[in-house]
Formats: sequence, structure tokens, C-alpha cells
Amino acid sequence: MSMNIAEKILAAKSGKKHVEPGELIIADVDMVLANDITAPIAIREFKSSGATKVWDRTKIALVPDHFTPNKDIKSAEQAKILRDFAHEQKLTHYYDQGEVGIEHALLPEKGVVVPGDLVIGADSHTCTYGALGAFATGVGSTDAAFAMMTGKAWFKVPTSIKFVYKGKLNKWVSAKDLILYTIGDVGVDGALYKAMEFTGPVIDKMSMDGRLTMSNMAIEAGGKAGLINPDEITMEYIKGRAEHKWKVYTSDKDAKYEKVIEYDCAKIEPIVSCPSLPENTKAVSKLGKVVIDQSVIGSCTNGRMDDLRITAKIFKGRKVNSRVRCLIFPGTRDIYTQAMKEGLVDIFMKAGAVFSMPTCGPCLGGHMGILAKGEVAVSTTNRNFVGRMGSTESSVYLSSPAVAAASAILGRIGTPDDIKK
Amino acid sequence: MKFTGKVWKFGNDVDTDLIIPARYLNTSDPAELAKHCMEDADTTFAGKVQKGDIIVAGKNFGCGSSREHAPVAIKAAGVACVIAKDFARIFYRNSFNIGLPIFESEEASAKIAEGDVVEIDADKGVIKNNTKNETYTVKPIPPFMQELVAAGGLIAYGKTKFKIK
Repeated sequence: MSMNIAEKILAAKSGKKHVEPGELIIADVDMVLANDITAPIAIREFKSSGATKVWDRTKIALVPDHFTPNKDIKSAEQAKILRDFAHEQKLTHYYDQGEVGIEHALLPEKGVVVPGDLVIGADSHTCTYGALGAFATGVGSTDAAFAMMTGKAWFKVPTSIKFVYKGKLNKWVSAKDLILYTIGDVGVDGALYKAMEFTGPVIDKMSMDGRLTMSNMAIEAGGKAGLINPDEITMEYIKGRAEHKWKVYTSDKDAKYEKVIEYDCAKIEPIVSCPSLPENTKAVSKLGKVVIDQSVIGSCTNGRMDDLRITAKIFKGRKVNSRVRCLIFPGTRDIYTQAMKEGLVDIFMKAGAVFSMPTCGPCLGGHMGILAKGEVAVSTTNRNFVGRMGSTESSVYLSSPAVAAASAILGRIGTPDDIKK
Repeated sequence: MKFTGKVWKFGNDVDTDLIIPARYLNTSDPAELAKHCMEDADTTFAGKVQKGDIIVAGKNFGCGSSREHAPVAIKAAGVACVIAKDFARIFYRNSFNIGLPIFESEEASAKIAEGDVVEIDADKGVIKNNTKNETYTVKPIPPFMQELVAAGGLIAYGKTKFKIK
């Protein structure tokens, strides 16, 4: 019987030949992730259950990336819970300060998640790893604790929606524009409880950085996972990184989908999500004048080399508008180092931007770039909910790095083509 | 499971940042989180909610982050249960995992108004609106979820089923 990639991985991990959407399974996970916000509850649940040892010390990743470097005493106490637990349990995938990166940029880069894996993470953007052909999904702290104890998690096998991206990409249109367009089309609950599968000639040619951006935002359509079938680009990416054995699962030609949605990418322009839901999309050309106070480039969505390179390309020889704060957050230390090597950091500095260490800080209104009442930001992050980046009376427009960079120079939301006008 | 309580009504797509803003996530203490429950949707909520009250909302309740702090804050604020048209996936699992009763009912979500007193009989799958004298049906809780609830949450369930070191 034919299956799609989501069904194949879930079947394999639950020891079945075949699974059907709607079926409830208990499956073996390959990696469990938690961060400095979600791990403390997981560790508390773990300890109060009477468990003393984790199921496998090599399959638990703890990444203190949200409120680090610790922003206050309370968050320092939270991070300490992770550190103490990681040392006590001798966890092999604990990343402290100098080693830390934004979890969803870090784990693929380090080869900790590979094609065919089943990954759960107590962070909603765990779906990022779908770009590698892994079934990865966000869960809560108690699910993470349960997996830390047992190596298992429960799942309802989701139905899948297949998205097919065809046509030639317009200038300045990136993976981020495609995923925002998709969310705008299906809505923030358009893929609720479902797996999204991204396919088509545009995806076939897309870089791994772009694919990670697309899968990252599956959750913003309510998706359980955002999968891309592994190909040569995937294999090239994991070469020299993969920490453990991978397995390539791909959807059968006659696999079943609840829906197949096709997009002609030639019709997609650079786009933003207007406040206060990611589905409120509008082409930049139809936006009118939106003056900004802050431009944020980075995060688990857009903090990779592709993103920094395009930003540098736009910033080169230019200055950030004097009324805009531009904050750039690379995803990991390796990305930081590479950006220095390529001279990108120099360009950012000369342009008058801030180049920070990796942290989730500003994306969730945690620290390092909070918005005041009445302020407006354009941001390459993933959510623009009320109060997401600070005051409940501030607003956030989500965009690609190219639009965020151009907007930083313009002082209002626009594309790089608007700069010389 | 039976609950009777006064309703606080919210709209569609209530996200986890409205339920418990990230600025308060530097703690996981339920009592602390309860003080800021629903703060960015209604700043007065934590002050006026009474033990046993019920939240009724529209579609996709709890969308956004995976933070378990969201159902924890609601539960610790004294809210007996949440009724919505439907729930975001992670919020749904988290609620069952931590023992916050949640119910899906399109009818109840549409017809119940703020201040109504409603009575939920989870076993019979009905919601009675005592204020309006109406009755709505509830989507049944899947058997596995009932097992989780009966065991006292996911961890307790796991201890009975799997070997723990």
C-alpha cells in the first residue's frame, strides 16, 4: 500500500508496515529537544515521576537559547536547571553559552537530526527539521519528559496536504515569501493537525537554508510537520555532518493526500504578514507607506547564511536609516564565524546595524530588542501576534531578509528595488 | 466529569502569547503564571476570574508556541475547563497531558455568551446553557485521551505502561 513520507516515517518508528491517517500510535523517537523555557517543566515532571536516569543520554538535546545570555535572575535559575540536569545525566547534546545556537539552526547544522528521524521538541518550531526529510514536531514539556523517560511519544497519524510550487521566482522572492504566501492562502489553521509536504520544481532547486525556512513555519499554518522529500541537496547538506545513520523515506507516486494545492510562483511578489496574525499577508507593492522603528534579521526562521548574505548584499555601501534600529541575529556560532570570514559582519557594522550573538531573544519579546508602545517592526521571525515583540500596542510585520534589510535602509517597508527610487 | 461555571468569552485564534506572554516565561511556577493568565487579551482577567469559571473561545484556541505554561496558567488561575470550536494541536495535547479538561463544540462556541452559566457533562457529551436554557453537543473525547485523563496525565500513564529507569 502506498504511503507518503510522513506515514512512512511514523510506520517505521512504530514498528508497523503501514499506518493510516487517524490511527493512534506510540512510536520510538530518535531525538528529544527542549530549551530553557520548556525544559525546566520537563525536568520537574521527570524528577517528580520518580525516574532517575534518562532513557538514552545521547538522544536528548537541551539548548538554552531563549533567555540566554541570562536576562535576569529568574531566567538564570531556569537555565541552571538545564545545566545541572545535563551534567547529572551526562547528556551528550547540551549546548552552553559559547556552544549555543538557536536550536533549530543548531541541530541540523551539527547533524544531530538527519533524514528519516522522528524528532519531538518542546518548542513549536521543531517542525523545521522536516526540511531534511525527518518527521519532526513540536510538543509540550510533559511530552518531552515522557520521551526522556521512555524514548517514546504518542501520535495521531496526520492526514497530509501536498503543496506544489511551480514557475519562475520573481526578483527578491525567497523561501520566506513562499511560506508566508502559503500561510496567507490556507490560514493559520489551514493545516491544523495535518502534515504539510512541500514539493515541486521550485523546492527541488531550493537551497537547504531556504527549505529550513519553509518547514520552520509549517506550525504557523497549524501544521504538525512540514516535510520535504530528501534529494541530492539534502545528501550534500548532511555529508560530513550526520552524527548518526540516516534513512531516506520518500512519498510514493500514488500516495494519498487530503488535498493537493498548486502555486504558480511567478504570481508571488515580495510579501509581508501584517499585524497581528501570520495569515494577514499583503504584497509589499500594495502595502502603502509603513514607517518602521526596528528591523530584525535572524532567528530560527531566517538566521542562516543565505539570509545573512542577501542582507549584506543589500547593505553594502549603504547606511541603515538613522531612525531605525537594525538588529541582526545569526542562528549559530558557525554561522557567526562564517559571516565574519566572508566579511559580512564588516558590512553590517559599516551600515550601522547591530550584530548579536545567537539568541531567540527579540523574536518572542524576551530581551535584546523589545518594542515600546506604538512602535513598528519589520522582522524575519515567524510570529506577529499582539505583543509578540514587546508592548501590546506595538506591531510586527513579518518579511524576508531582503525586505527587512531594504526596509532598514528606507525607514519604511519596501523592497531593495525601492531603495534608489 | 461534570463542571458548572460562569463563562469568560474570547474570540478566534487566541494565541499562546495572549494566554501567557513570553515576558513571564522566566518562571514555571504555576501560581506566578496564573497571575498573568490571558493578560494580553484582557489585562483584568487574572483579577476577576473565579475558581470554577469556564473559558469559551472560537476556533484554533492556543495557537502558536508549544509553551505548556499556557494550559498551566489557565488551570492554575482556577479555570475549570476550556470550550472552543477547536484547539491548536500542541495546546490540545498539552492540556490532556497536564490534566486541563478541554472540549470541542462548534455550537457551544458560537452560542455561549460572556457571563452565561453553563453545565458540562463530559460523560454524556452535552453542555447545558443554564442562562439561555439551551443544550449543545460536545465532540467526544477519543478513547486514548480518556485513558490519559483516567490515569492522571501522561506521566502517570507512562509509568503504568513502560519500564522507567
